Amino acid sequence: MAMEMEMEMEMESQKPFHVDVGNLLAFNPFRSFPSLPASRDELVKECLQEGTKLVQAVADSLFNLPSTEDVDGPLVKLPPPTSKLPREKHLPKPKPPTKWEEFAKKKGIQNRKKDKVVWDEQTGTWKRRFGYDRVNDDKDIPIIEAKMTDEPGVDPFAKRQDDKKKRVEKQEKNRLQNLKQAAKIGALPSHVQLAATSLPITGTQAPPKKVTKDELGNVAGMAATSTASGGKFDRKLPGEKPAKKQGKHRKFLPVVEGSGIGSREKEQTESVLNKLISKHSHEILNVGKAVTMYNVKKEKKARNKRNQEGKSSSATNKLKPKKQLQKKTGKKGPVSSKKVKAK
Amino acid sequence: MMKIKTPRNGRVRRELEKRAPKLVETGKKTLILQGTKTSGTLNGVLSEIYHLKKGGAVRFTRKNDNIRPFESGGETSLEFFSLKTDCSIFVYGSHSKKRPNNLVIGRMYDHHVYDLVEVGVENFKSIESFTYDKKMAPRVGSKPFIAFVGEGFENVDELKHLKEVLLDLLRGEVVENINLAGLDRAYVCTAISSNKVYLTHCAIRLKKSGTVVPRMELVEVGPSMDLVVRRHRLPNEGLRKEAMRTAKDQPKKKIKNVSSDAIEGTIGKIYIPDQKVGDVALPNKAKGVKRERREAKKKEANERASKKQKEESE
Repeated sequence: MAMEMEMEMEMESQKPFHVDVGNLLAFNPFRSFPSLPASRDELVKECLQEGTKLVQAVADSLFNLPSTEDVDGPLVKLPPPTSKLPREKHLPKPKPPTKWEEFAKKKGIQNRKKDKVVWDEQTGTWKRRFGYDRVNDDKDIPIIEAKMTDEPGVDPFAKRQDDKKKRVEKQEKNRLQNLKQAAKIGALPSHVQLAATSLPITGTQAPPKKVTKDELGNVAGMAATSTASGGKFDRKLPGEKPAKKQGKHRKFLPVVEGSGIGSREKEQTESVLNKLISKHSHEILNVGKAVTMYNVKKEKKARNKRNQEGKSSSATNKLKPKKQLQKKTGKKGPVSSKKVKAK
Repeated sequence: MMKIKTPRNGRVRRELEKRAPKLVETGKKTLILQGTKTSGTLNGVLSEIYHLKKGGAVRFTRKNDNIRPFESGGETSLEFFSLKTDCSIFVYGSHSKKRPNNLVIGRMYDHHVYDLVEVGVENFKSIESFTYDKKMAPRVGSKPFIAFVGEGFENVDELKHLKEVLLDLLRGEVVENINLAGLDRAYVCTAISSNKVYLTHCAIRLKKSGTVVPRMELVEVGPSMDLVVRRHRLPNEGLRKEAMRTAKDQPKKKIKNVSSDAIEGTIGKIYIPDQKVGDVALPNKAKGVKRERREAKKKEANERASKKQKEESE
């Protein structure tokens, strides 16, 4: 008991706690626990006692601050915290001035506030500065006077639109440059992200072309032809379809085959020979067709003779023999060959 | 080729602005996750910490095998989660035979690991085990009193570090105005030995006293646990200096020839160079110059008169 009293008295003299009102923090660096109390409950009680004292100390300074009355209760303005803690993110860097801002500062140009509506002389109403139904819209101009400096073949309306497009592109380029400059020093605004749309150009100037499915297939086929087996046994990727055969389809007969009715080789050679040799020559000549051709030729001859007697024009004479010649050659083909082969 | 990407949504833009670095920072969000194996007590600890920090905490419930905070390669996952959830403090719980009921409390700077403290949890008592008058229960999100007791927090390195980390973890948002009626919780941390800290969460009961300041009474409500400090890693000097920098630290650039006085306010000094009397350009032209003009005019008039005479004569 006496020891406790002594300790308490010592404590009282070393009152100063480190109080940080901004954080509602109190620290007592003078309390030591040389020997832990026997039971857990006692330890807990002691800790609570100490805690109460500290909290009381904070509350003392807190409640003595000037307070304002609020709906829920007295509102107190806290002083800034004294114990320093590390930041969670780096300090934000101020945005560097854009090229226009620098120029404006140098020249002393003041930024003037613009109104949302502008008086339009043409219609005599107040119109928007930009957007739907705006003041100086390109499509509202009915007539553009020709100037001495204009070239004859140039469409002035299209020229106006092109100029506007160029201006907009230039502005976009400048904006991108300004943002790149800000990103270089690490002061990019939080809502902006710069994304690379394509890989940086190395070597040739042309950007890589996109390859289509057909092109890929063709290339694969070309690579396959370089192998001895024509790509037939190449290991395929999962999902790759087998190569389509290109070129003529040749069917080769098996090497060893039994003779008889099913002998394919014999059939093949027979059909070829029959086409050539005149054994079944009547099948070659189309009799009906030959007859009609002969009849037609005969009728024409008779007609022409009648015309000759009536008109006798040199043009028809000239035309006639040529026609006859053509007909003759058409007929002579199979007939002549027949005669030759028979010998 | 670069493309400028801006959010098409107001909501997304506001979210990005919330995550952008600010000059004056408000509270840090906490990420609570676990490792390969957790014990029952550890699960309780993690869920109770999540309850205490309900407004600004994110709880992951799956196990993460590839997170080892104290190893050089094992922090990448943590940094990725921190980046995605915008959390700057994390509490990582794991249980192994060598380190039972292990809790690693770490802080991040710019989403990279800044410092770590590893503690073991002993004698954990959860919220349910405390009996108290439910009316006094502290409300979620109220700003707590924090009390540190013990010389260990001043003398022992590890405990000093732990004190800083606990302060960061337990304090809520940094606010300017506070409503005195809403103060209802307190955390008490006592250093009972050179490596053990007894942490408990109490509700505050305000009792009438004679003065404006009410008498405080603490009643244990929340979880209480013994924290045994195992390992810790302090930040390296350069990083610490950078993280501790605040905007006010930059000394205000002194403007030359300007001083302030209590009575007159801001005073400025203007230095005028010596006047060169002889070289000054006179504003009013000398009489001699004017006479010249008059004479020139007279001459002209005469000439014109003579011309007219000639014409008339002709």
